[in-house]
Amino acid sequence: MPNSPLTPGIVPGRLPEDAIRENFSDLHPPMDAHEAAVAADRCYFCHDAPCMEACPTAIDIPMFIREIATKSVDSAARTIFSQNILGGMCARVCPTETLCEQACVRMDAEEDPVEIGRLQRFATDHLMAKNTHPFTREEPTGKRIAVVGAGPAGLACAHRLAMKGHDVVVFDFRPKPGGLNEYGIAAYKSTDDFAQAEVAWLMRIGGIEIRHGQRLGEELSLDALRADFDAVFLGIGLQGVNALGIAGEDLEGVVNAVDFIADLRQAEDLSRVPVGRDVVVIGGGMTAIDAAVQAKLLGALNVSLVYRRGRERMAASPYEQELAAAKGVHIITNARPVALHGDGAVREAEFEYTREEEGTLVGTGETFRIRADQVMKAIGQTLLGAPEGLEIAGGKIAVTGAGRTGAEGIWAGGDCASGGDDLTVTAVAEGRDAAEDIHATLMA
Amino acid sequence: MADLSTNFVGIKSPNPFWLASAPPTDKEYNVRRAFEAGWGGVVWKTLGEAGPPVVNVNGPRYGAIWGPDRRLIGLNNIELITDRPLEVNLREIKAVKRDYPDRALVVSLMVPCEEEAWKRILPLVEETGADGIELNFGCPHGMSERGMGSAVGQVPEYVEMVARWCKANTRMPVIVKLTPNITDIRQPARAAFRGGADAVSLINTINSITAVDLDRMAPEPTIDGKGTHGGYCGPAVKPIALNMVAEIARDEETRGKPISAIGGITTWKDAAEFMALGAGCVQVCTAAMTYGFRIVEEMIAGLSEWMDEKGHAKLDDFIGSAVPNVTDWQFLNLNYITKAEIDQDLCIKCGRCYAACEDTSHQAIAMSEDRVFTVKDEECVACNLCVDVCPVEGCITMRELKPGEVDPRTGRVVEKDYANWTTHPNNPGSGCAAE
Repeated sequence: MPNSPLTPGIVPGRLPEDAIRENFSDLHPPMDAHEAAVAADRCYFCHDAPCMEACPTAIDIPMFIREIATKSVDSAARTIFSQNILGGMCARVCPTETLCEQACVRMDAEEDPVEIGRLQRFATDHLMAKNTHPFTREEPTGKRIAVVGAGPAGLACAHRLAMKGHDVVVFDFRPKPGGLNEYGIAAYKSTDDFAQAEVAWLMRIGGIEIRHGQRLGEELSLDALRADFDAVFLGIGLQGVNALGIAGEDLEGVVNAVDFIADLRQAEDLSRVPVGRDVVVIGGGMTAIDAAVQAKLLGALNVSLVYRRGRERMAASPYEQELAAAKGVHIITNARPVALHGDGAVREAEFEYTREEEGTLVGTGETFRIRADQVMKAIGQTLLGAPEGLEIAGGKIAVTGAGRTGAEGIWAGGDCASGGDDLTVTAVAEGRDAAEDIHATLMA
Repeated sequence: MADLSTNFVGIKSPNPFWLASAPPTDKEYNVRRAFEAGWGGVVWKTLGEAGPPVVNVNGPRYGAIWGPDRRLIGLNNIELITDRPLEVNLREIKAVKRDYPDRALVVSLMVPCEEEAWKRILPLVEETGADGIELNFGCPHGMSERGMGSAVGQVPEYVEMVARWCKANTRMPVIVKLTPNITDIRQPARAAFRGGADAVSLINTINSITAVDLDRMAPEPTIDGKGTHGGYCGPAVKPIALNMVAEIARDEETRGKPISAIGGITTWKDAAEFMALGAGCVQVCTAAMTYGFRIVEEMIAGLSEWMDEKGHAKLDDFIGSAVPNVTDWQFLNLNYITKAEIDQDLCIKCGRCYAACEDTSHQAIAMSEDRVFTVKDEECVACNLCVDVCPVEGCITMRELKPGEVDPRTGRVVEKDYANWTTHPNNPGSGCAAE
C-alpha cells in the first residue's frame, strides 16, 4: 500500500507524484506580455522613487518598468542587471512585500502595489531566454582575485570584478555553485533548476573560474590565498546551525531545517523525499517557514511552526506567515521548546508558553506537548570556519564601508559579514560594492 | 427626473444622444439594436448616388492610439460612405422609421457637387419618412479625392451652394456636417447658414496618421505596404471639437444657431459640456464602437442625475450656458491670482508634481527628506501643471488669493478689480505703456 499523510514515521511519497509536482510549481508564475503591459501601466514613474530607495541593490525600478511598458524589454533587463546581476533570482525570492513593493506609492493610494517583483522576472527571464549576456569585459588588468563562496555575494562580486577586467577564481566547498540559491530557499520559488541556469548565464561574462570542494580551513587557507591573489573576497555565509540546548535533541528525527531544505532542493524526485507525519518546526524566520511549508506540500499530516515570541517579532514577513497558514501550517507563537521526548526516535516535542516582560522572554510555567516524529530546528545560523585573525563583531566578520575587513586585501560580504539583512538581494549588493572597492583599491 | 426630450430643428427624440453617421449606423440590424438600447436618434451612414456602390479596402480600415491599459483614446478610419446599394439602404431606413416613430432618423448624404444629383436623391430620402438630412461635407479621405466630402466642406462657397440646393429641393430639415480640416471653422459654418441650412453638425474626422509601422516603414493602417491618412476621432479629438463648437456658438453671425455636436463624446459629462457650449444634441460614434450600444444607459442616467442635482428640469435650461464665458485671451482677468495647494492627506508622495515643476516649470515645489511636497508660493505662477500630472484627483488644487492678500511671488497686493491685457501698462496698444 502506498504511503499517505497518515503513514506513521518519516517516509517519502505521502502524496501522489502529480500532487507533489503541482504543490511545488512556481509560487508566482511568470507574467505573459499582456499581463506585464497591464502591470507596467500602473507605475507612476515617481521622482526619486521610494521603491528604488527600498531596494538594497538600488535598481532603477521606474526606468525598467517604463522600458517594459515601451516594449524595450532587453533594455529593462539591462537596467536591472547593471545593478543586480542576480536580478533573475531576486525577482523570485526577494521579500518584495517588505522592500520595493511596500514602498510603492500605490500602497498609499490603494494598498495595491505595482507588481515590481513579477515585472522584474518578466524582464530578466526575457533576456536570459535569449541566452545572451548583456555585458562585456573591460581590458584585462592582470589582477587576480580569490572569491570564497559561490553564493549570491561571491557571484555578484566575481561578476563585477570580471567585468572590470580582473581574473577571478571562486572557491566553494559544495559540489554546485549558487550557495543558498541552490541549497536553501523553498523549491517553489526557484523552479526548473533556475539557480544553476543563472550561474551558467552569469559565467558567460568570462574570466571567472569556479573550483568546487574547496573549504576554507581545510583545502584552502587565507594565507595561501593572500599570497596567490591580489585580493580576497569572503562570501562564506553562515554554515553553523544553532542548537536548541534541550534534552532529546539527539533523538532520531531531529534535524536541521537547512539540511531538510538542502536535501529537498537536491532531490531528483520530490516524491522520494521523506517527511514526517507530525512535523514540528521550531523557529520564526524564513528558513522555518520554507521548511514548514515544504513539509506540508510533501504531504505531512500535521505541521506546526512554533515560535518563542509573538507574531510581530517573527523574522518572516506577514506575507510569508500568511502563505504558511494558507498551506495548512499551524503557527503557534509565544512557546519555547523545553524538551524533546522519545525512545530512540522523537515522539513528542514539549513547549512552555512565554510572555515578554520589558523585552525579556519569560516562561509562564505552563507546558504542552505536540506529537512529533520529525522536528526541524530553525532558530538561526551562525558563522562557522571564519579564518583566524579577522575581527568578529556580533557573530559576523566585522566590515566597514564596502565590505572591508580589518585585514589588508581582504573583503567580506553577504550573510557572513556584519551589517545588512540576511537576504539574497543584500548579499548581491554587498558583493557588488566590495568588487567596486576592490577594483578601486587595486587600480589606485 | 429631468426631461431629456429633444427638439432639434423640429426633429424630435426622447434624448439628445444620437449615433453619428458611421459604421454603427450603416444598416437596419445595427440601427434597430441601437434603438432597442435606448439611443435617441441616429444619423444613417452616408448614402451616395444610385448605381454601383463605392467599394472599401479589403484590409484594415482603422488605426488607433491607446492610453494606459490599452484604453482606446483615438481612432482613425479610412472607410468610405456606405458600400451597400442605395435602394437597400432606403428600404431599411423606411422600415426602421416606421417601427421607431419616436426616434430621430436623419440620413447622411454625399453626392457629386451638381444640383441634379441632389435633386435626384432628395425625394428618395423624403419618401422613407426620415426626419432630416445631414450633408456630409466632412469626410477627409477617399471621397474627398473625388471632389466630395471635405473637398466641399473646405470651400465655403460650395457649402453655401449645396445647402441652398437642398433647402430648395426638400421640406426636410438640412444639417450641414463640417470638416475640422480647415483654418477657421466659422467660415464654412457661416456659409452653411447663409445657404439656408437649419443647423450645422461638427466635427467630422481630422486628417491623421495614427502610427508608423517601423518594420514595414509604412503608415497605419497599412494596406499591402502602403497607407493613407484617415479621419481621426475618439476621446482625443474632444478638445478640438469643443473649441470649434464654441467658436461657432459665440460668433456674431452664427450665435444661437442650432449645432449638433460631435467629437469624442464618451460619457454623459462630455455631452453636457458640448451642450453647455451651445449644442442642441450630440452625436456619438467611437464610444459606441469601443464599448457597444449599452453605454447610452450610462449617458441617460448620468445626464439626468446631474441635471436633477443642478435643478435643470429640461435641456434648454443649460444649453448654451457656458457660451458667454468663452472669451478671448486679452479679456482674461490678470488680477485673478491663484496658488497651487497640496493636500498632504491625499498625497501619495510619488513626486511627479516635483519632477514636473522642477525640471520643466518654475521650481515652485519643495521636496523634504521624508518626501513631503509643498508649494513655494513665492515661486508658483499657478500654471496648474502639478494638478495635471498628479495621479490623485483632488490632491492638488488651486487656491484663489483674496483681494488684499499679498502675492508672495510679486510682492503685490491682490486687487479686487478686474483688469485685462487691453489696459495693461505693458501692452503697447493700451495707451498707457510703462515708461
